[in-house]
Amino acid sequence: MSTLFHQAPGGQAASLTSRIISQGKYEAATMLRNGEQLVLMVVMPLLGLVALVATPLLDGMGYSRVAIAAPGILALCALSTAFTGQGIATGFDRRYGVLRFLSTTPLGKGGLIAGKVLAVLVALSLQVVLISTVAAFMGWRPPLAGVLLGIPLLVLGAAAFTALGLLIAGTVRPEATLAITNLGWILFAAVGGIVLPAGKFSSTLEGIVQWLPSGALGNLMRAALIESRLDLWGLLVLLAWAAMASVAAVKWFKWN
Amino acid sequence: MTKTLSPALEISGLIKDVGPLAALDGRMKRIVSNISLKAHFGAVTALLGANGAGKTTTIECAQGLQERTGGSISLLGHDPQHADAGLRARVGVMLQDGGLPPASRPLPLLRHVAGLYANPLGVDALVARLGIGDFSDTTIRRLSGGQKQRVALAASLLGNPEVLFLDEPSAGLDPQSRLMVFELIRELRDSGKAIVLTTHLLDDAQRLADYVYIVDRGESVAQGTVQELLEHSTSAQKHRVMTFEAAAGLDVSALLRPGLSCTETRPGSYSLAGELESADLGRFGSWCAQHHIMPTAVHLASQSLEDVFLAISNGGLSAEPDEPAESDLAAKTETMGIS
Repeated sequence: MSTLFHQAPGGQAASLTSRIISQGKYEAATMLRNGEQLVLMVVMPLLGLVALVATPLLDGMGYSRVAIAAPGILALCALSTAFTGQGIATGFDRRYGVLRFLSTTPLGKGGLIAGKVLAVLVALSLQVVLISTVAAFMGWRPPLAGVLLGIPLLVLGAAAFTALGLLIAGTVRPEATLAITNLGWILFAAVGGIVLPAGKFSSTLEGIVQWLPSGALGNLMRAALIESRLDLWGLLVLLAWAAMASVAAVKWFKWN
Repeated sequence: MTKTLSPALEISGLIKDVGPLAALDGRMKRIVSNISLKAHFGAVTALLGANGAGKTTTIECAQGLQERTGGSISLLGHDPQHADAGLRARVGVMLQDGGLPPASRPLPLLRHVAGLYANPLGVDALVARLGIGDFSDTTIRRLSGGQKQRVALAASLLGNPEVLFLDEPSAGLDPQSRLMVFELIRELRDSGKAIVLTTHLLDDAQRLADYVYIVDRGESVAQGTVQELLEHSTSAQKHRVMTFEAAAGLDVSALLRPGLSCTETRPGSYSLAGELESADLGRFGSWCAQHHIMPTAVHLASQSLEDVFLAISNGGLSAEPDEPAESDLAAKTETMGIS
């Protein structure tokens, strides 16, 4: 008979930081190994960027195609990873009892959420590096002040969309989460003002879209990365969405 | 069993309501109405009951996974509802459904879980001990029920917990894995851990448990060591069943006396039941000698835990759904105990 348990010391938790980093690494690795998620996180944004730069869709708006396209595509990355990707992953983790099991470990509920946010930030950083590099090859030269402004805004957008994704994942069945977050991605991307400025379509649509988190993030990113300007209205709308979704997720999230 | 120390887990008068449920016109449903138990270090404490009796709800309240409606719970001296990471590190949990991500592989998952503890058990040693090595790199969704169960058990042990909760630990296990898991549970007990397990299998309780709580329709209705439950049962102490095989159609009236019954359950197979005494065995021997009867088999057995359980829970070990039927709750008017 082994003495596996006799000699070992009693249970002690790793430090909070290392628990969250461990969970973040694990979640990020899971996201990056998932083929469907990679299509959503890498292939779709890249195709979008190439399409917008190759076609005259963005012509006549005062700036080069890539200057208008790249900020919107970066905002789309946050939508893909935080909202759709993390939403679906969490929905199925909930179905399979993974959330319940991990919440009984030293990680706990708070650590689990922190790990998910960390994983989103890691994945988003990789997306930003990839998209920015490709856009740079297409001639994208954003102003430095705009870049410094754009990074925290993108993080805020990721936080708002993570909260929204977790709210959906924590309240409906995983199949419904899959449908809602995918449909949401398509609608936000197509007409939600995230990739294309809504003013491109109609002023009615622009009026609606400025209230959406997608429109707010798209406008914020374009204002920052094109004109080094902070779009205050967009910031207020996005902050409100992040706050509302976080409160709702904390209140209604069901762990099983 | 170390009973002098304060218990690792103490539950008093636990109440748990769920709902509001549309099926009950928006009313709450009480699924645990009165469960009390103590689990000590160095002992296996079993919650035995039919599916839907409230076992899982009880231990999930004890783990802090569900919020209780009433009663008190002390886990290692703390309220599990406010468990911090330090307390959770001292408690291992194996959920009934495992809680393993289907897209993961056992080894990376176990390494990740180990990373949540300051001084975890060696993943490789645990993998070897539980025979996980053969499938440690197979996606979890491709594993059999028993293989998943072993991975979930390993995950619950990684932090080398002082208290271990095992919800239906032998569910889905093949006989070989079951032996391995039972042996491991005994080893964990012998190393001083408090083990709390639920089971609807009487055999599991009889073979593993040092102390058994019988749970029926949300209440703990009887408790004791397996031996105590058997001895204290109203009729169990002296009740014996002697079965024997011989020629068909024998006249067994000479074996009978008040309090004993004998039936020929099928041709040539007899069952003598009641408060058998040694004199009855003597009479049986004489009866055989007188009538030149040479039985081909004789078997004497005392009452089993199953008999006790069935007597208490009123025939309860049926394959009911996980939730207790509403009528069961309404119909529960009295607590049946062991005298």
